[in-house]
Amino acid sequence: MSEPDLQAPEQKDTEQADTQQPVPSQSRARTIMITAALLTIFAIAGAALVGITFVNTEDDIKHNERLSLLKQLNTIIPPERYNNDLIDDIITIDADRSYLGTDEPTQAYRARRDGKDVAVVFPASAPNGYNGPIDLLVGIYVDGSIAGVRVVKHRETPGLGDAVSTTHSDWILGFDGRSLADPDQNGWKVKRDGGVFDQFTGATITPRAVVKAVHNALVYFENNRQTLFASAKTERSAPELPEPEMSEPKMSEPGQSKTDRPNTDQPEPDQPDNGKQ
Amino acid sequence: MTDTTIEQSESATREAPARESAFSELPAISRTGLWNNNVALVQLLGLCPLLAVTGTLVNGLGLGLATMMTLILSNSIVSMIRNWLKPEIRIPVFVLIIASIVTTIELIMNAWFHDLYNVLGIFIPLIVTNCSIIARAEAYASKNNVLNSAMDGFMMGLGFALVLVVLGSMRELLGFGTLFANAHLMFGEAGRSLTITFSEDYPGFLLAVLPPGAFIGLGLLIALKNIIDRRQSEKQVTINVAEPAVN
Repeated sequence: MSEPDLQAPEQKDTEQADTQQPVPSQSRARTIMITAALLTIFAIAGAALVGITFVNTEDDIKHNERLSLLKQLNTIIPPERYNNDLIDDIITIDADRSYLGTDEPTQAYRARRDGKDVAVVFPASAPNGYNGPIDLLVGIYVDGSIAGVRVVKHRETPGLGDAVSTTHSDWILGFDGRSLADPDQNGWKVKRDGGVFDQFTGATITPRAVVKAVHNALVYFENNRQTLFASAKTERSAPELPEPEMSEPKMSEPGQSKTDRPNTDQPEPDQPDNGKQ
Repeated sequence: MTDTTIEQSESATREAPARESAFSELPAISRTGLWNNNVALVQLLGLCPLLAVTGTLVNGLGLGLATMMTLILSNSIVSMIRNWLKPEIRIPVFVLIIASIVTTIELIMNAWFHDLYNVLGIFIPLIVTNCSIIARAEAYASKNNVLNSAMDGFMMGLGFALVLVVLGSMRELLGFGTLFANAHLMFGEAGRSLTITFSEDYPGFLLAVLPPGAFIGLGLLIALKNIIDRRQSEKQVTINVAEPAVN
């Protein structure tokens, strides 16, 4: 009794589907297909436009980025003092990062003249700026004196704290030539704290943070001098490799022979780093 | 034979007034875009970039031109495809078009105006989120022909760019005492000579440089526009009142 009752509506459904519904459901499916196809076409066209532009501008953009980086580095180390490919002679800094105020491995650029170490430029961050971290580039000559410090990124108050940037004042040039011994440990503070560096009117926190970050960068340089100039060091110890610094540092990952040394140092200082933070 | 020639002549006569009307709408389009329905002063759209980058005239001009290019291109493309675009998918398609255009402009600016790109930074990609662009695509370009839509995009963009430039110059003049500072970012090395310094030892006016200065400046501009509008409408009323009296 119940079986035919159940079957009956099913048959009706299938009959309806065969006779009446095919036209609207097919046309609906067709509409959906057309709509989807249209959307796909627009997506492909949009992606193609972006892709073509990307391919055509890629070289220019890379060139621009290199140029602006080089321009920035050249304000710290005068271009006549080195003759290597500064941008490609890089080493990844991973150890002792707490001195540099960074959470991620950063890169140091080494300047050399005829294979002799001249200076190293590396990023440092002052984490305790007035409105957040102040990112710096610090250049240090091989003798431990500062080649130059520049602010790369900051969010200090316009008109007050932004005097750390060279577009607003020459304050940051006051670090040029300083070193860990000049002034001594107690002098690496702003004048209000009994040090030798000026603060700005209305802003003490910003210069205090920058002075501390630069001092930390000098300490870092002192502790890691050999690692920072690593490839030059191996060049001296292994004279059978005449000019490795042009080719090897480009391959930052596969350059095993040089990067092995800093890499093995990594795990040990990393843990105290985390403890400090 | 005769039928087809008649049809051709008819279509020709139909096209001619259509073209005329296309250009005859130009004054109306420009009045709407530049004044009556100005993106920044009346619609109050795209305020985030407007307030953020107008620290200097050049920054304002750079973002204004980028937004204008986006508006012209998006309006033209939307208008071109308006007849075979399904209404259900028009919003995603608009978003796709606008995003592609903005990304392209971002890449081109990065390649050709790298320093300016660095200054404007995040606000170039953020043009995507400028509601005025999708609003024009939806409200105007999807209903009008390509020429009018492109003109509308140009005028709307120009209206936005003008407000950016005026606000930028106000803030730069008050904040730094200069005009066209950093013009070399946009016009190359020749632009350096464009910079006008009004006073060498200008102490600077911090409020104008900070975000509140942008809000106050925009508020003053909107107020100025409303005052002018009221004066004009009062004049028209007096004329309308006067005319029947003469008659």
